[in-house]
Amino acid sequence: MGAIFRRELGSFFTSSIAYVFLFSFFITSGWIFYGSTVRSGTSDMSGFFTSLLLIVVILIPVLTMKSFSEEKKQKTDQGLLTAPISLTSIVLGKYFAVLVMYLIGVSIVLLYACILAVFGSVDWLMIISNYAALVIVGAAFIAVGVFISSLTENQAVAAIGGIVCLLVLYLLDLFANFLDTKYVSDVLNALSFYNRYYEFTCGIFNLSSVLFYISTAVIFNFLTIRVFEKKRWS
Amino acid sequence: MIEVKNLTKRYGEKKAVNDISFTVHDGEILGFLGPNGAGKSTTMNMLTGYISSTSGTAVINGVDILEDPIKAKANIGYLPEIPPLYMDMTVKAYLNFIYDLKKCKLPRKEHLTSVCDLCRITDVKNRIIKHLSKGYRQRVGLAQALVGNPPVLILDEPTVGLDPNQMIEIRNLIKKLGKTHTVILSSHILYEIQQVCDRVIIISQGEIAADDTADNLSKKMSDDHRLIVRIEGDKDKILKELKSMQGVKYARADVEKEPGVYEYSIEAEEGIDLRRDVSALARENDFPILMMKTAELTLEDIFFKITMGESTVHLKKAAVKADDKENDDSPEALDTSEENEQDNTEETGGLE
Repeated sequence: MGAIFRRELGSFFTSSIAYVFLFSFFITSGWIFYGSTVRSGTSDMSGFFTSLLLIVVILIPVLTMKSFSEEKKQKTDQGLLTAPISLTSIVLGKYFAVLVMYLIGVSIVLLYACILAVFGSVDWLMIISNYAALVIVGAAFIAVGVFISSLTENQAVAAIGGIVCLLVLYLLDLFANFLDTKYVSDVLNALSFYNRYYEFTCGIFNLSSVLFYISTAVIFNFLTIRVFEKKRWS
Repeated sequence: MIEVKNLTKRYGEKKAVNDISFTVHDGEILGFLGPNGAGKSTTMNMLTGYISSTSGTAVINGVDILEDPIKAKANIGYLPEIPPLYMDMTVKAYLNFIYDLKKCKLPRKEHLTSVCDLCRITDVKNRIIKHLSKGYRQRVGLAQALVGNPPVLILDEPTVGLDPNQMIEIRNLIKKLGKTHTVILSSHILYEIQQVCDRVIIISQGEIAADDTADNLSKKMSDDHRLIVRIEGDKDKILKELKSMQGVKYARADVEKEPGVYEYSIEAEEGIDLRRDVSALARENDFPILMMKTAELTLEDIFFKITMGESTVHLKKAAVKADDKENDDSPEALDTSEENEQDNTEETGGLE
């Protein structure tokens, strides 16, 4: 797992994806930060964190698009799958590399908080819990993105498919509002990534939401493993 | 040691590999010979655990690849048809990655240096793989298989894309490795297999068509009694004369190479050298011979010969199977071989 993790993280920087991701994230988050807190003259970052989720939805597929699709295209997956390691460590090695890359990106929000702290009083507990929420919702989204990239050998398809899937997950509660059937809309609301995230930005640290995101990550990593297992047996 | 029993791979209705069994002993080099699509790569992919078999077992050094894949894979160095190289890495970084991936215990620096020296890639160690030529990439692929010094090497067409000098180098390297490793290598080049391998398995349409030592195979495939001749003169008359010669099994005119000059294929009984007789015949009848050479056996010829039933145990087995299929395949196979043969003689003629 370690070898794959290190190679994957290194390849973000040699392939310039790291720079594209960091640049895009810093620009957009900085812009939202300026608009939602600095210009409004408030030290409350909850609006900032709410808007940030959409940016994350769009940028995570940039990181996950090449995870497995590139391997499939270059036939390097054959090297990994015939090496004496388990499928789980291949998938998790990739997953954690993307997660660490994501962490490097989103950590900039802590810097924004420090800037605010210079000019006013900041509720650190709130910011830390919001940051934690951003990290675990990202962890769930990354697992989805990695799963999508294991289904195709085309990076563009993996990226677009990833964005569409994450948007659908992000907008689940919106679909729920259109539906008349109560049970279905209840289920969709319960699965909504946005509602749960919104709770965090209001200052509610809900343990069941944390478990929801973590189990999503586990389920999609498991599905990714199954994709390779199935390919081997078909 | 590799033991393969009744290995079968089925893709839907199609059987890519059908019930093959063989054993490779320690220190033996086994060659897989067969045309493209015969099932060589599929078999190798099953042995290395990249894909699973539909039925049958493959045991590598006593470990079943499906029962304990991680332990079995630790014994194997595999060079797939397309080397699994990360184009954005340097050779050195890539081999270090493979070293970590295989969880090697050998001293890192010494081991990687010796692997690089063996495969002669030391001078490109610091270059990015993307910028290497195909020959070098192939050698990096081979180096990758050797990392960790696994006792079993499985090499899928290791000399593809190399120039003739490099081919010889790699063949010698494989021969050297064969003394201490169990090696399976595949190729569609007959000469290569004869040069390198102790034993040859010929695969055709997913089945083993022959399993024999390289020497025996060469004897069986001796080609001194087959001639290709270009003679100027009346085609029908020449053909009649050629056919009436003693010891001639068959003779046929292939193509008109120049106006009035045809190319003839002649096959004699095994062990009979016809060259002097043909020359004498031409002299008597005043037919100028413009070219004469012994026909080189191509892979297709070998299949032709084998499928024509030149007796091995395996062939009888195959024949029984063919009977089961109501002899559907055999006439077809015969036709295509004949066609191929004609193509080949044309090709070789064109090269002259």
